[in-house]
Amino acid sequence: MVPLNWYLILSAAVFMIGMFGFLTRKNVIIMFMSVELMLNAVNISLVSFSHYLQDMRGHILVFFIITVAAAEAAIGLAIILALFRNKQTAHVDEMNEMKG
Amino acid sequence: MMTSYALIPLLPLAAFVINILLGRKLLKENAHWVSIAAVAGSWVVAVMALFDVLSGAKINYDVYTWMLSGGFKVSVGFLIDQLTVVMLIVVTTCSMLIHIYSVGYMHGDPGYYRFFSYLSLFTFSMLMLVMANNFLQLYFGWEGVGLCSYFLIGYYFDKKSASDAGKKAFIVNRFGDFGFGIGIFIIFLTFGNVYYEPVFSQAGNFANASINFLGFDVHLMTLIALLLFCGSVGKSAQMPLHVWLPDAMEGPTPVSALIHAATMVTAGVFLVARCSPIFSLSETALMVVALTGAITSLFAATIGLVQNDLKRIIAYSTVSQLGYMFLACGVGAYTAGVFHLYTHAFFKALLFLCAGSVMHAMGGELNIQKMGNLKKYMPVTYITMLIASFSISGFPFLAGFFSKDEILWMAYSGGSPVGKFVWAIGTLVAFLTAFYSFRLIFLTFHGSFRGTHDQEHHLHESPKSMTVPLMLLCVGAVAAGWVGIPALIGEQIGVHNYIAEFMKPVLGHPEGHGTHGEELGIMIFSTLVGLSGIGLAYFMYILRPELPGRIAQQFSAVHRVLFNKYYVDEFYDFIIIRPTIWIAKNVLIGVTDARIIEAIVNGVPNAIAAFSSGLRRVQTGLMQHYATIMATGILLIVAMMLLR
Amino acid sequence: MLQQLFFGYYAFTIIILSLLVVTRRNPVHSVMWMLLLFFHIAGLYLFLNAEFIAAIQVIVYAGAILVLFLFVVLLLNLKEEISLKQFVGSWPAGLFVTGLLFVSVVSVLGSYIQGPIGKYSIAAVRSETHTKALGKLLYTEYLFPFEIASLILLVAVIGAIVLAKRKLRS
Repeated sequence: MVPLNWYLILSAAVFMIGMFGFLTRKNVIIMFMSVELMLNAVNISLVSFSHYLQDMRGHILVFFIITVAAAEAAIGLAIILALFRNKQTAHVDEMNEMKG
Repeated sequence: MMTSYALIPLLPLAAFVINILLGRKLLKENAHWVSIAAVAGSWVVAVMALFDVLSGAKINYDVYTWMLSGGFKVSVGFLIDQLTVVMLIVVTTCSMLIHIYSVGYMHGDPGYYRFFSYLSLFTFSMLMLVMANNFLQLYFGWEGVGLCSYFLIGYYFDKKSASDAGKKAFIVNRFGDFGFGIGIFIIFLTFGNVYYEPVFSQAGNFANASINFLGFDVHLMTLIALLLFCGSVGKSAQMPLHVWLPDAMEGPTPVSALIHAATMVTAGVFLVARCSPIFSLSETALMVVALTGAITSLFAATIGLVQNDLKRIIAYSTVSQLGYMFLACGVGAYTAGVFHLYTHAFFKALLFLCAGSVMHAMGGELNIQKMGNLKKYMPVTYITMLIASFSISGFPFLAGFFSKDEILWMAYSGGSPVGKFVWAIGTLVAFLTAFYSFRLIFLTFHGSFRGTHDQEHHLHESPKSMTVPLMLLCVGAVAAGWVGIPALIGEQIGVHNYIAEFMKPVLGHPEGHGTHGEELGIMIFSTLVGLSGIGLAYFMYILRPELPGRIAQQFSAVHRVLFNKYYVDEFYDFIIIRPTIWIAKNVLIGVTDARIIEAIVNGVPNAIAAFSSGLRRVQTGLMQHYATIMATGILLIVAMMLLR
Repeated sequence: MLQQLFFGYYAFTIIILSLLVVTRRNPVHSVMWMLLLFFHIAGLYLFLNAEFIAAIQVIVYAGAILVLFLFVVLLLNLKEEISLKQFVGSWPAGLFVTGLLFVSVVSVLGSYIQGPIGKYSIAAVRSETHTKALGKLLYTEYLFPFEIASLILLVAVIGAIVLAKRKLRS
């Protein structure tokens, strides 16, 4: 029997890798993929909790997270498209209109 | 029944609101209907109130709680007693007649609706003033009439002298009202209350109390009385704050009649009479009141002798007569003062309205040296003004005769330490009053016309809406005094001194310490003095018209001082206005504004700009920097929860 | 023992694949590694008795979302992309924060307290099948959120069109 903690550590590791990607990558598409990675990490922990607590609620939550992730991907990629069309670049370090 | 009294001030207030909101677009030339209807309604209710009071009622009730703070409570409330009722009748009657007169006088004026809305607002404020049952509401009305006075003096605001006069009236009144305000504070401090009833009933307990004021121990009642009197001095244009009233004649003539003769300026006398329980406790204060009144009346009368401006002569006459009323109050004869207030309202309003009628005919000309022989063209105005002048000169059995005689007799016999002295001044003033009043009449209506041909061509009698109020006021100028016929004459013809008996419960009625013989002597003497004033005027301006010029030349120094009103305006200009402007320019603009206020105003944003320009480096605009900071925040929160 | 071995393989692969996803210079490679990653995560779900979730993981993530990503990646100038550094200048800060956060999250695990056990035991789910059990819950207890989810998808559809379309010029 694999202990729950192992799953949670795995989940945390994937989450942190996703976060690292989000914080450090130049390419906005990869950043976006990092966000998906973080969502997946959460899904892993939810499903494993569900399994160990013999409860379906985690699954329901994962189901909704996947729905939202799909919606988010559609919108996010549309935003990237619009951005790319206006800026001719997908690199966030070249976008600093908000610089004070 | 109670609630209907509230209608007295509320009707004019409603008229004001209607006129000011709808007048410009909707009512225009019909604005007067609203105001006249409202003031007529007030008059009817005021007359009902008079009958209620005559039948023995004393009304004192609160309508609405205005402020409530701990033990401090002020309401909008009405006290209707004998004094209030007399004032109500004076105010509403004069106001109504002057409203009607204004229909003709202001006809075709572009600000027609504005004029009537201000008149209504004034009437409202004045009624609030006289009907108040506490000092704060009195103060509200007091400032309200001051504000309306300012509006109406500056009614022709495109004329610089008019707007200056408005400002002057307002600022000069500030001096008096400052004292009045402090007086109310001290009343509240002493009595813990600003209602008349408890204040007046407890005033006796403090008769010998003293208070530390500005480091001096002063007699409490004297202090309160004098501070209240400060307000009176300002509002009623007594020395040394009289300078605003002659200038106030820049306003339309009905305003001069209503506000600066009949009602508002008498508020000071009303205040002294209303606070008679306080004043009576202080010999010093009464003496100050009497002397201020006497000196002012003499001072203003002498100025009036040589002025040439029709309205200003009457204005100085008003100042002088107000001094008379204070003189009466100062010797303890409040009833006589209020009685004179009441008769004066009629004949002085009449004088002003006649002056307005003359101005109307002369195309705005005010210099009496350029008039003459107007009696041929304007008989109604002539006769009414003549009667008013007789009345003010104390011609027997006209209104002014009884009130003036009452004052002089009370001054002579009332037992006041300064009584004899102020009686002498009063008699002298009676002579001067008769003289300048008839100088005015003779120069204006007699002799030959000295204006231009153009003006002569236009001379005409005023329209009905103006002459009818003249005639009605004329009735008042003749008969208003008949309610106060002194016992000396009254016993012969079987009437009482109704006003004295009526007022006795509120104001008391000091008995003269003299015999009937003395009283008769005083009466005949003052009548003779008045008649001799008329006679002298007749001699100088009809029989020997070249004499005044010669006298003016002979005594050119005196004449110049009088003509320049004792240089009081110049004096104030020198000691108050110039230093104030100097301080404003050099200290306030130069130091306070430039060095302090601007330093703060510019320094604060500069400091913030410097700080924020450092802070804005944090805003790199790079998304990942924000995300990193956010992650650091999460880290800190988690770390905090772990280490807790 | 077999279970541990299985888990070890999956865990190891998932972490390696995640690292590959976030570190590859070529976005197409990242997407490809991500595809493989999603399959492994789906496998992990199967291992946790969540076969429906595993299925939608493959269908939605691998099938739909990643294809979408691939489309967008193909818009990029890959040559330029490959010639550039893939990390921003401040990457050590990101690594530091992430590492500390990982340490702190892992250190919390020891204080985990088990909640009450639910009724969906492995045997119960197996007898009813996972899809049916999830479906029952979804259409009864979670009907309202389910409907909301449909709205969210609708918004996403409309929003994506509005955002991505070129401005119509007359």
